[in-house]
Amino acid sequence: MVDEQVDKNRRRFLTGVTSGVGAAGAVLAAVPFVASMTPSAKARAAGAPVQVDISGLEPGKLLKFEWRGKPVWVVRRTPEMLESLSKVTGELVDPNSEEEQQPAYAQNEERSINPEVLVLVGLCTHLGCSPLEKLSPGEVDAEWEGGFFCPCHGSKFDLAGRVYKGVPAPTNLEVPPHRFLSENLVEVGVHTDPEDLA
Amino acid sequence: MNRILKWFDDRYPIVSFWEEHLSKYYAPKNFNIWYFFGSLAIVVLVIQIVTGIFLTMHYKPDTELAFDSVEHIMRDVSWGWLMRYLHSTGASLFFVVIYLHMFRGLLYGSYKGPRELLWIVGMVIYLTLMAEAFFGYLLPWGNMSYWGAQVIISLFGAIPFIGEGLAEWIRGDFVVSDATLTRFFAFHVILVPLMLCGLVFIHLVALHKTGSNNPDGIEIKKDKDETGKPKDGIPFHPYYTVKDLFGVGVFLFVFFGITFIVPEVGGWFIERANFEPANALQTPPDIIPLWYLTPYYSILRAVTYPLFGVDAKLWGVISMGLAIFLLFLLPWLDRSPVKSIRYRGWMFKTALTVFVIAFVLLGYLGTKNPQSIDLFLFTNVTWAQICYFLYFAFFLLMPIYSRLDPVKPVPDRVTMK
Repeated sequence: MVDEQVDKNRRRFLTGVTSGVGAAGAVLAAVPFVASMTPSAKARAAGAPVQVDISGLEPGKLLKFEWRGKPVWVVRRTPEMLESLSKVTGELVDPNSEEEQQPAYAQNEERSINPEVLVLVGLCTHLGCSPLEKLSPGEVDAEWEGGFFCPCHGSKFDLAGRVYKGVPAPTNLEVPPHRFLSENLVEVGVHTDPEDLA
Repeated sequence: MNRILKWFDDRYPIVSFWEEHLSKYYAPKNFNIWYFFGSLAIVVLVIQIVTGIFLTMHYKPDTELAFDSVEHIMRDVSWGWLMRYLHSTGASLFFVVIYLHMFRGLLYGSYKGPRELLWIVGMVIYLTLMAEAFFGYLLPWGNMSYWGAQVIISLFGAIPFIGEGLAEWIRGDFVVSDATLTRFFAFHVILVPLMLCGLVFIHLVALHKTGSNNPDGIEIKKDKDETGKPKDGIPFHPYYTVKDLFGVGVFLFVFFGITFIVPEVGGWFIERANFEPANALQTPPDIIPLWYLTPYYSILRAVTYPLFGVDAKLWGVISMGLAIFLLFLLPWLDRSPVKSIRYRGWMFKTALTVFVIAFVLLGYLGTKNPQSIDLFLFTNVTWAQICYFLYFAFFLLMPIYSRLDPVKPVPDRVTMK
């Protein structure tokens, strides 16, 4: 055996490089495992649009159905309900719907294509509970003008799904992409062609 | 030594292990009732693992089958109701035991040096246990299971930039679905229990390195006799094994009392809304987590105003994270020269009392509608905000009051009161 001087620099370099390559390998090996937990091709494909006939929906009533596993609401608003929208403007976080929680064609006071028909994703923007329908005045408290109340953390929304101030939800309820195939046939999941609105 | 034992001992350190961790492991002789809960936690862990294995034989992790398979266990499987009620009662009692175990640490300063790591490992166990309870809660696929998971996963969505992607990754879908249920099953039955067992092992290794603290907060290792054994120590076996067995007896009496007579505990151990199958269109009218998570749930929803350009939702999530993180820092926030509450002054005693009241109230308020009035004068959310400040004040002011606190002299030897 030859009594050689140990080259510590060389040893340190080799240890460092080996550890580095090993660590890189471990990270790369983790990629398929982590990626296997993302939504599968089947889940991604399941976003098919849903058509709903609202001819039976009476004024002042709400219709609930499922789109992409989420609750979607259609409310046929009465003239009184539409009037309430301008009364509560001062108490809202985003009365003009500047935050992108709706398609451009629903960025108006009523947050809808047809003022009478409101289409919303029925999930609170706080932590995703489904708010309760409290459509009539006085249902939540004396000043209540009608809207939606989330039982989980007390968030309040008006009859256009606009969030009130002083509640945990940060933004208005989401208006999903939708279009009218006829007066009483709504399709959720497909945007309205801007030319149809003109 | 008999020959068979010798044969094994030459190949595996049986005798030295037995001596080091049991027959010659010296624990302080002045343990009181608060020192039952560590061993009880291990007992509950074993009960959960055993009942869990048998539940797994009949449960089906599939959104179409899960709810019915739990009813199948309750009605058709021989003794299935017992397995399930033992498991659901065990889940809640696990937290009862852990909370009392942690409170013992607060009372006697068990987190202080040299036991900082022991405390931190314990805190990691506590967090892991919360994850285990959360994953398990989705499995019956009741309506509260579904919406509880929806809310908690949405918490991750509040993290800026990566939040939404992270929530999707956890769910494996855009909403809580079959993909979520099956992975939660995998986490609940193998990943997290495996972690828990490993962490409990590490916790015990850390404990046996430093030795137990005691109600006087005196280090018994500092005063040893000529044979090197602590003067205030007694061997763990047989003294504490026998004492702990008695504790286990009393504990099982309570455990089975609940299991056989009031397994739902009026909705506190099994929530009523969970007797309905999951419904993606309808949140239960009062959505509340199980009692052991409600203090943090209260803190989450106590934040209703934006601050410094950060919205209330994110602040709520940050507060909740911070509420737990501060517990990790306890060993360094506490500047008192003494460990045990017996020798602390009025400041720490007052602070700890206020903290316990605030924590219990937060837990209670977390089960109530934020807008109604269940205490007096103020709405529940206002009370939660008051308790929120008391909770954080306990930790954030601790470096000040624990130093100013007029402490009493600590004796050299443990006392037997």
